[in-house]
Amino acid sequence: MSATELTGASTLNELLRFRAGLLAKIREFFALRGLMEVEVPVIGPSAVSDPHIESLALILGGKYYYLQSSPESFIKRLLAQGCDSLYYLGKAFRCEEQGARHNPEFTMLEWYRLGYSDTELMQEVDEFFKSLRPELSAERFSYAQLFETWVGLNPHTATAEQLCQVARQLLAVTWTDMDKNFWLDLLFSHLVEPKLQALTIVYDFPLSQAALAKKGADVLGRDVAKRFEVFWQGIELANAYWELTDADEMYRRFTEDNKKRESMNKSNIKLDKKLLRAHQDGLPECAGIALGVDRLAMCLLGSKNIRDVMPFPLELD
Amino acid sequence: MASYSTNEFKGGLKVMLDGDPCSILENEYVKPGKGQAFNRVRMKNLKTGRVWERTFKSGESLEGADVLDMEMDYLYTDGEFWHFMEPDTFEQHQADENTVGEAAKWLREQDRIFVTLYNGAPLAVTPPNHVELEITETDPGLKGDTAQGGTKPATLSTGAVVKVPLFLSVGEVIRVDTRTGEYLGRASK
Repeated sequence: MSATELTGASTLNELLRFRAGLLAKIREFFALRGLMEVEVPVIGPSAVSDPHIESLALILGGKYYYLQSSPESFIKRLLAQGCDSLYYLGKAFRCEEQGARHNPEFTMLEWYRLGYSDTELMQEVDEFFKSLRPELSAERFSYAQLFETWVGLNPHTATAEQLCQVARQLLAVTWTDMDKNFWLDLLFSHLVEPKLQALTIVYDFPLSQAALAKKGADVLGRDVAKRFEVFWQGIELANAYWELTDADEMYRRFTEDNKKRESMNKSNIKLDKKLLRAHQDGLPECAGIALGVDRLAMCLLGSKNIRDVMPFPLELD
Repeated sequence: MASYSTNEFKGGLKVMLDGDPCSILENEYVKPGKGQAFNRVRMKNLKTGRVWERTFKSGESLEGADVLDMEMDYLYTDGEFWHFMEPDTFEQHQADENTVGEAAKWLREQDRIFVTLYNGAPLAVTPPNHVELEITETDPGLKGDTAQGGTKPATLSTGAVVKVPLFLSVGEVIRVDTRTGEYLGRASK
């Protein structure tokens, strides 16, 4: 069933009109709050080091460049140079991501708030969804609360062996010897995400999944990553950080990413020197969030496939 | 046989899993934004007919299964084996009761059907979705009972028993859906 059928719209033109309306609403939300829209390049000399994200490479003048998997690096450089809170609404690209919720080229909304903590950004996320559908109100749960409910283990203290045992019981998988993050990803994506049908904010991630979020403590005093994600209809819509600003820590995580990539037989990533410089020069305290606009459109239309909400999904031969 | 990576898994692809040939039904890509990517795959075990759901790490691969769906003519059964022939090469294949299974009751001599070959030998037999068969046995037809919607059992020329409307009688040819065993209507002559 196509999205157009679900909205009662019957033509491609109606889908285009829906998307145009959504983009206009997003821009209106930020205009009312005084955030400026910025355009940053989609082609850059650096790729993200995250071991689970592959950037699309292209060759320009005999040198490798990358289609950006997120505007994050350019935006942080702007913030380090003293720019105000801002947002990007445009294309982002990820290699090898294709499926009912993935298209290698997609529309990303990313916004950064100077001086905000993750909690303050959660409040704004709630208001963002209310601006689209006034009746929406996000439920909030910590990662540990959800994990304990649906998997039955404490994700902060459980060992890889314990997680492995539960996964083998509940999901009929046969792997052994995977690291803790692997098991967390498997169990969370298979057993928790499908349960998050109502609009839900999941906060305080395990420290091992910090990515570029600050470390902090949760209400019980446990070390956690100050990161949150937004789910709706079982779909991951957004990922947010109380941004890591410490340059040494950022460099350490970059090195760890490359080690992890090596263990996965993936190519090493060159250091994004300009991003490191931005941290050294002083990235101001801020929180940032990236939201998939096509997936948002899916949720608003009740569609099950991202291809239904894109006028030109990747053309397969 | 070639092997196939999870990103090549598509509906209809035949692969080996736990030593059995399977046909892929659905392949769902599951990837946390910042985490390991998986593929949740639904597949049908072609030997047992059971549907399995398995999770793979994206990029893992499975060996292809030497499985081929082929149109063949059904020739006859000698009671122990059912015999089929490839229409182009006249090559003949035989399948036992286990292999033919439920399909046996829809097979009419000379009909064109599908035989699934695994390593060159029949693994499964699939009749056409719709067949036209003659009623060989049923209670007498009741005149004027066309609208009531009651049914009675009728035995067909191949031995299958289906529920038919009360007005039908022996000698009439009917259309049946072999997947559900449902009566669809009188065959158009």
